[in-house]
Amino acid sequence: MPNEAKRFKTKELTLNMGPQHPATHGVLRLVLDLDGETVVKCTPHVGYLHRGIEKLAENRTYTAVLPLTDRLDYISNMTNNAGYCLAVERLFGIEAPARAKYIRTIMSEMTRISSHIIWLATHALDLGAMTVFLYSFREREGLLDLFEMTCGARLTVSYPRIGGVRCDVSREFLDGLYAFTEEFPRRIDEYETLIDKNRIWLQRTKGIGVLTAEEAINWGMSGPMLRGSGVSYDVRKDVPYDAYGDVDFDVPVGANGDVYDRYRCRMEELRQSNRIIRQCLDKLPPGPVLADEAPDLDMPFEAAKKQVPDMSLLHASISLVKEYDAVPEGELYSAIEAPKGELGFYLVSDGNTRPFRMRVRAPSFVHVSILPKLCAGHLLADVIANIGTIDVVLGECDR
Amino acid sequence: MEPKQIASRLQRAFSADVEKIREFRGQTTVTIGKRRSREILGHLAAWPEFSFDYLEDLCGMDYLGKKEPRFEVVYHLHSLKHRHTIRIRVPVSEDDCAIDSVVDIWAGADWHERECYDLFGITFVGHPDLRRILMPEDWQGYPLRKDYPVQSDLGEREWPGFTDVVKTAEENSRYEVR
Repeated sequence: MPNEAKRFKTKELTLNMGPQHPATHGVLRLVLDLDGETVVKCTPHVGYLHRGIEKLAENRTYTAVLPLTDRLDYISNMTNNAGYCLAVERLFGIEAPARAKYIRTIMSEMTRISSHIIWLATHALDLGAMTVFLYSFREREGLLDLFEMTCGARLTVSYPRIGGVRCDVSREFLDGLYAFTEEFPRRIDEYETLIDKNRIWLQRTKGIGVLTAEEAINWGMSGPMLRGSGVSYDVRKDVPYDAYGDVDFDVPVGANGDVYDRYRCRMEELRQSNRIIRQCLDKLPPGPVLADEAPDLDMPFEAAKKQVPDMSLLHASISLVKEYDAVPEGELYSAIEAPKGELGFYLVSDGNTRPFRMRVRAPSFVHVSILPKLCAGHLLADVIANIGTIDVVLGECDR
Repeated sequence: MEPKQIASRLQRAFSADVEKIREFRGQTTVTIGKRRSREILGHLAAWPEFSFDYLEDLCGMDYLGKKEPRFEVVYHLHSLKHRHTIRIRVPVSEDDCAIDSVVDIWAGADWHERECYDLFGITFVGHPDLRRILMPEDWQGYPLRKDYPVQSDLGEREWPGFTDVVKTAEENSRYEVR
């Protein structure tokens, strides 16, 4: 036999995985150099879903950019909208009313739950645990129904507005959500009994895709990718926005930084999100849901000029004063904790009602960049586990 | 440390290179010269009082007709140790459209710099693998530049890629399939 082995030459095999591949969660393409079953080199190619959202935003008014943002990460649409609205509010110097803040927090956390549920379902499905998929989509359906009840849409909601939210929530919504929060912790236990101590699950996830805390920080990881490695960094705690300053919640962190620890982090986050929703429902203040100074939907392309009484009696009593612009000139970076990680909007304004530049710091884009490091030297089957664990949505990655 | 303090500390240490300090809504922006940008950013990451270990974001800007030099590269730095943030801007002129890469300081800068190169055409000197990332490899032009049209400027003409496909399909239709 040894002679036989000498006669055959072995060489590396290049394998194209994606862009059409069910385990790449979208249109991610990986070029894998394989030595047997071991990945020698992994080169991700992104951009198949590039729609030029940053370029489009430069040619729309601030209010018209809003519907573009839920096309970023279409699984966690509410957090994208809320993140964008928050950035514009901070730029304009508007403060949303208390009730709107609470509603936005509730919606963001519902989105976090539905996003984590999708992640859990597909990640487990990729690794061979089919039942989790069926269980978790049941809960997601309930959440999407609640979204539909409030704003009529299930995925591209565009519900938050600059300076508040579009409309108030109904009594039925609150009752439905309350019933959901009552039931949901038991459902999380249910998922966990399926895979938490499952031998196959443990073998596929423990010690795979290990990322130390230093590496995770150096690569700019955020969200559960960073917390799984034991770094406690959560924008909701560091720079509390909306109603996060008023509610009590923990930031779960992992220790080993492997696929399993990130799984545990996200499962714990589901419980914390449930806790946040419950507190918000209990504290939900009455009042308006949109600030008075919120910009109009049909915002003109030229900045609005304020009408002020003219002091000189010789002139007409009212004249347009040019110095006053509705949109201040400046630049602002505003980040929120999206389910995937830190979602940042960097807005540069030149005083016009269209953003001069809008930059989206998408967590998925940063997270895909670490795939070559996670995959190199591991088995081909672990590539699937690694794609699952970074929780990528290509709409956000490619923008 | 307060962003203001960081800015003034930076100005004391590199007075020749700090061009401008601007504050807006509590966020501080420091504009530094391109010549020593990599060195200063390296110091920001390394000095224990700053220890900016986390590169939140890196992006390009185009101020066509508004400012000279035309381009700017914007770094958003954060320190997970001290939990403070600062924004660094580095102007880049159109004639010498290149800047030193910071991949060896923050590994996460890799894809951000590729994106900036792809969409603005700014070259990052010392980047290990500077290729287009979001646009196809054979794309011409840099989409996020202000002189790049939002809508196609082809008018009645078809996009060359599409005409190629149509031509190939017509050629192939000559062969009968049994």
